[in-house]
Formats: sequence, structure tokens, C-alpha cells
Amino acid sequence: MDDLMLNQFLLLGAVLFCIGVYGVIARKNTVLVLMSIELILNAVNINLIAFGAMNGDIAGAVFALFVIAVAAAEVGVGLAMVLIIYRNRSSVDLDDVDSMRG
Amino acid sequence: MVAQNIFFYVIAAVMVAAAVVVVTNRNVVRAALALIVVFAGVAAQYILLAAEFVATTQVLVYIGAIMVLMLFGIMLTRARIGQDPEMTNERWWVGLITALLLAGVMGYALIDHFGSDPLPEDRRLVAVGGSNTATVSDAIFSQYLIPFEVISVLLLSALVGAIVIARKDR
Repeated sequence: MDDLMLNQFLLLGAVLFCIGVYGVIARKNTVLVLMSIELILNAVNINLIAFGAMNGDIAGAVFALFVIAVAAAEVGVGLAMVLIIYRNRSSVDLDDVDSMRG
Repeated sequence: MVAQNIFFYVIAAVMVAAAVVVVTNRNVVRAALALIVVFAGVAAQYILLAAEFVATTQVLVYIGAIMVLMLFGIMLTRARIGQDPEMTNERWWVGLITALLLAGVMGYALIDHFGSDPLPEDRRLVAVGGSNTATVSDAIFSQYLIPFEVISVLLLSALVGAIVIARKDR
């Protein structure tokens, strides 16, 4: 119990990932689904940094930065889409966006 | 090292509790504020892993920029600021089953494969100039230059696309 272990960080990332997956499936509000996706991306980043520290490789930090940049792009486009859905339908409820239902 | 362990578990407990608030709270703004706690905790874990440049970026980009965007999104869509029982699907238990199964599989795989591998005592990556930031930037601008340029173009096109999508006069 003296040393920090790799598994501590990996299991923390796994728990955050699962909470995010639950949020994506269970939430109705579009903005809340976007927030759950952010949780998932953060869980992945913890794994990248932990493996980078484990192997003494800077690539973990570099790719964590790339993931952060992609997350910023994703939030920008995602919120623009949420805004246009709200403008057209006066609702951000995912159950109301069903015009492509088969 | 024991102090690091205590800090890890305290921060991890706060992060998991805040993450549960994010996915269960009925108040959208409260969920967003709990998400800030999770992001700050992630930054603290980066510091425990001796990746201080990524920790700083996490604070600047996630807490500073992304959360402000999220709060603007909440305001502009008028997702009722207050109690709203209609935030979760009726079939939320499907998500719970999926998440628990996933947690079981991932937990088993991680414990089975990595067991109790200790992290190296000296985790700081300071190959260039004796600082983590210099090492990261050296890697980005030499070995990972092309992915970096691709990410730059992606970010630019995504932001232009966001403006085009959200524009009123179309």
C-alpha cells in the first residue's frame, strides 16, 4: 500500500467511464448527454496519462492533449446542433427528435 | 508515498460522487457544477501522475472554456433552470445494467492483467530542459508534428462549422 499503483488510476478511469455510459443512455436532455460524453473523454485521458507515467513515455501526455482539443471541437459543434434543434423544435428532449425513426 | 495514496483516494471518492451527481441530478445547472468538480479532480490526478502541463491545460480548457460553453448551452436552450422530473428516461435501468456489466468486465480485465503493478517512483518526464512542459512541446513539435497540424485544422473547421450551423440568417 506504500506505492501508487497503476491499477488505481485505471480502475478510477473505468468507473468514470461507466458512469458516463450510464448518463449517455439514461439522460433525456441533450446538454446532459453532452456532459456525460465529456465524462467518458476524461476517463480515457486518465488512462493515457497513467500509461504514460507507467512506461516513462511522453506520448501519453501528447495524446491526452489531442483528446482535449478534439473534445473542445466536439462541444462546439454539439452545442451548435443543440441550439438549432431547440430553435426548430422548441425542445431539447431527445425523445422529441424522432423524425428519422423507421 | 502514503500521503499520495491518501490524496488519491480522497480525490477519487469526491470525483466519483460528483460524477454520480452529474448523471442523476434533476437540476441541469447543478449537474454542470458537479461536472466542474469532476474536471478539477481529474486535473489533481494528473498532478499525482506528474503531468503538470496536461493538468494546467485541463483547468484552462475544460473548466475555463468547455464548462462556460455548457452553461451557455443550458441558458440558451432554457432547459428549465430548476427541478424537472423529466430529465431521465423511463427505461433508465437499461443504462444501469449496461454500465454495471461494463464495469464488471473492465474491472475484471484490469485486475486480472495489471494486478498490483506499481508506478515507477520517479514519474516526472523531464527529458528536455528539465521541465515537463518543455518535454511535451518538444515531442509535439518533432515526433507528433503532423497529428498536431491535423488537430489544428480539425479545430478550425469545427469552429467554423459550429458558427455556420448556429447562424440565424440562413
